[in-house]
Amino acid sequence: MRAVISVRPGKRLNRSPLGDLFLFLFLGAFGAFMVIPLVYTINNAFKPLDELFLFPPKFFVRNPTMDNFFDLFHLMAESWVPFSRYVFNTVFITAVGTVGHVVLASAAAYPLAKHKFPGSRLLFTVVVLSLMFSPHVTSVPNYVIMSWLGWIDSYAAIIVPAFAASLGLYLMKQFMEQIPDALLEAAKIDGASEYRIFWQIVMPLVKPAWLTLVILLFQMLWGTNGGNFIYSEELKTMNYALGQILAGGIVRAGPGAFVALLMMSVPITIFVVSQSNIIETMASSGMKE
Amino acid sequence: MKLAKHSYILMGPYMILFFLFTVLPVALSMLVSFTYFNLLEFPQWVGWRNYTRLLLEDDVFLIAIKNTFLFAFVTGPVSYLACFLFAWLINELSPKIRAFMTLVFYAPSISGNIFFIWLIMFSGDSYGYVNGFLMRTGFILEPIQWLQNEQYVLWIVMLVQLWLSLGVSFLAFIAGLQSIDRTLFEAGAVDGVRNRWQELWYITLPAMRPQLLFGAVIQITSSFAIAEVSIALAGFPSVNYAAHTVVTHLMDYGSIRFDMGYASAIATVLFGIMVGSNMLVQKLLRKVGE
Repeated sequence: MRAVISVRPGKRLNRSPLGDLFLFLFLGAFGAFMVIPLVYTINNAFKPLDELFLFPPKFFVRNPTMDNFFDLFHLMAESWVPFSRYVFNTVFITAVGTVGHVVLASAAAYPLAKHKFPGSRLLFTVVVLSLMFSPHVTSVPNYVIMSWLGWIDSYAAIIVPAFAASLGLYLMKQFMEQIPDALLEAAKIDGASEYRIFWQIVMPLVKPAWLTLVILLFQMLWGTNGGNFIYSEELKTMNYALGQILAGGIVRAGPGAFVALLMMSVPITIFVVSQSNIIETMASSGMKE
Repeated sequence: MKLAKHSYILMGPYMILFFLFTVLPVALSMLVSFTYFNLLEFPQWVGWRNYTRLLLEDDVFLIAIKNTFLFAFVTGPVSYLACFLFAWLINELSPKIRAFMTLVFYAPSISGNIFFIWLIMFSGDSYGYVNGFLMRTGFILEPIQWLQNEQYVLWIVMLVQLWLSLGVSFLAFIAGLQSIDRTLFEAGAVDGVRNRWQELWYITLPAMRPQLLFGAVIQITSSFAIAEVSIALAGFPSVNYAAHTVVTHLMDYGSIRFDMGYASAIATVLFGIMVGSNMLVQKLLRKVGE
C-alpha cells in the first residue's frame, strides 16, 4: 500500500504511461478506420464529374470544384414547390418532434424511475418490450389508426408518434434512477411540488441524457421522408425532395454527392454542440449522495 | 395516494400517445398473425395455421433463423463490448479531443446510408479495393465475387454491421460515464484500487449498470433486426438466401407477397426470441462488478 496518494487536479489516478500509450494507439487505429465515410462524403462532394465516374474509383479528390454545389442550387431553383418549403417542413417536423419527445418522455420517465405506484412496473416493461417488435408489420395498423384520426397527409402523422417513441422513456428512466433519493426528499421538505422537482432538479441533473436523446431524435426525424403518411408535395420533406434529385441518376451524380454532404452536416453540427454541452455540464453537476 | 396522482399526470400525455401509436398497432398486428390478410379482402381467421406453416413447412425460414442467430451471437456481443470499450477509452481523453473522437467513432451511424463505400471495397472485379490488394500481394490470382459468394457474403455483412453499430448505446455509454460521481474514483484509490482494470470492474461498471442494461436491449434489438445492410450489400434475396435474415423474410412476405398474416406471425416469433434473449442478458448483467 502506498502511504500517500497525491491527487493532482485534472489528472486521473492509477494510470501507467505505457498503458496510456498502448490504448491511445489502439484508439487512433480504429478511429481512422471508422472515419472513412465522413472523409469520403466530403471528398465526393467536391469531385468534378469525371472524377466521380473514374474507375477504379479514387478516394481523395484531386481537382476540387464547387460545380456540384452550383448545379444543386440550379436544380433547387427549378423545383415546382419552392425549395424553402421543403426546408421548412423538415426543420418544423424535426424541431417540434425532438422537443416534444424529450419533454414528454422525460416527464413520464421521472415517476417511473423515482416513485412506486400501482402499474408502474408493468408500464415500464411494456415500453421496453415494445422496442423489440418489428416496425415493418405495424405500418398497416398504424395507417388505419392515422386515417381514423384524420391525420393522413399532415405533419401530425409524423410528429405525434415521435413524441411517444419508446427509446427516450427508457433512456431517461435509466439515468434518473441514478439520482440520489435524498436530494429529492430534501427538495420536497423545502416545499417543492412534484412538477417543480421534475423540471428544476431532475432535468438539470440528467442533462447528458436528454442531450443524447436530442442527438438521436434529431437524426431520426431529419432523415424522415414522410413515410406512408404524407402525399401533398408542399408537405414533403427535404430528404424526399433531395431523393428526387438523386433519382435523376447519372446526370445528377454531382449534385447528389453534394446532397449527401448537406444532409449530413446539420446532424453533425447538432451532435458537436450537444456533445460539448454534455461534457461541460458534468464538470459542474452536484450529483452527490 | 396523493403522490400517485401527480405521477399519473406526468405520465399521462406520453402514455396515451404510446398506447395509441405503439401498443395498439402491435396488438393489432399480433391479432392479424392469426388471420389470412392480403390487404384487399377483410382478414380471414385461420387460427395457428400461419405459425405451423412457418415453423414446420418453411425451409427458407430455417435459413433465416440460422443466419439471424449467427448475426446476433457475433455482432451483438462484439458491438456491445466495442461500444463500451471505445466509450470508456474516449472518456480518458481531455475534453476537446474527447468530443472529436466521439464524432469519429459515431461517424458511420451519423452518415446514413453511406455504406455503399463497402460495395466499392468488396466489388467483385479486380478494381474492387480488396480484390486489387489481394491480387497485387499475390494471395489470389483471380478476383473473388465477394458479395455473390455464399461463403463470404454473410461475414461481410457482419463486418459492415459492426462498423455501423457504434450508435445509440455508444452515446448512452458516453453520457453514462460522464454522469459517474468523480469522488467515487478518489475513494476507490484510497481504498486500494491499483490499476485501471480494477477501477473498471469495481467502480465504473457498477456505477453504470442502468446504462449497461439499456445498451443491452438496444444491441439485442438491432442485431436481431438486421436487414437493411444485408439488402444493400447482398441484394434481396441474397444468393441462395446466404444473407437472408428473419426481417428480410418478413419484408418478403409483408411488402412483396402481401401476406400480412404470415408476416405478422414472423414478427411475433422474432419478438418472442428477442424477449427471451433479453431476459437472459439482463440476468447476466446483474452480476457485473460483484
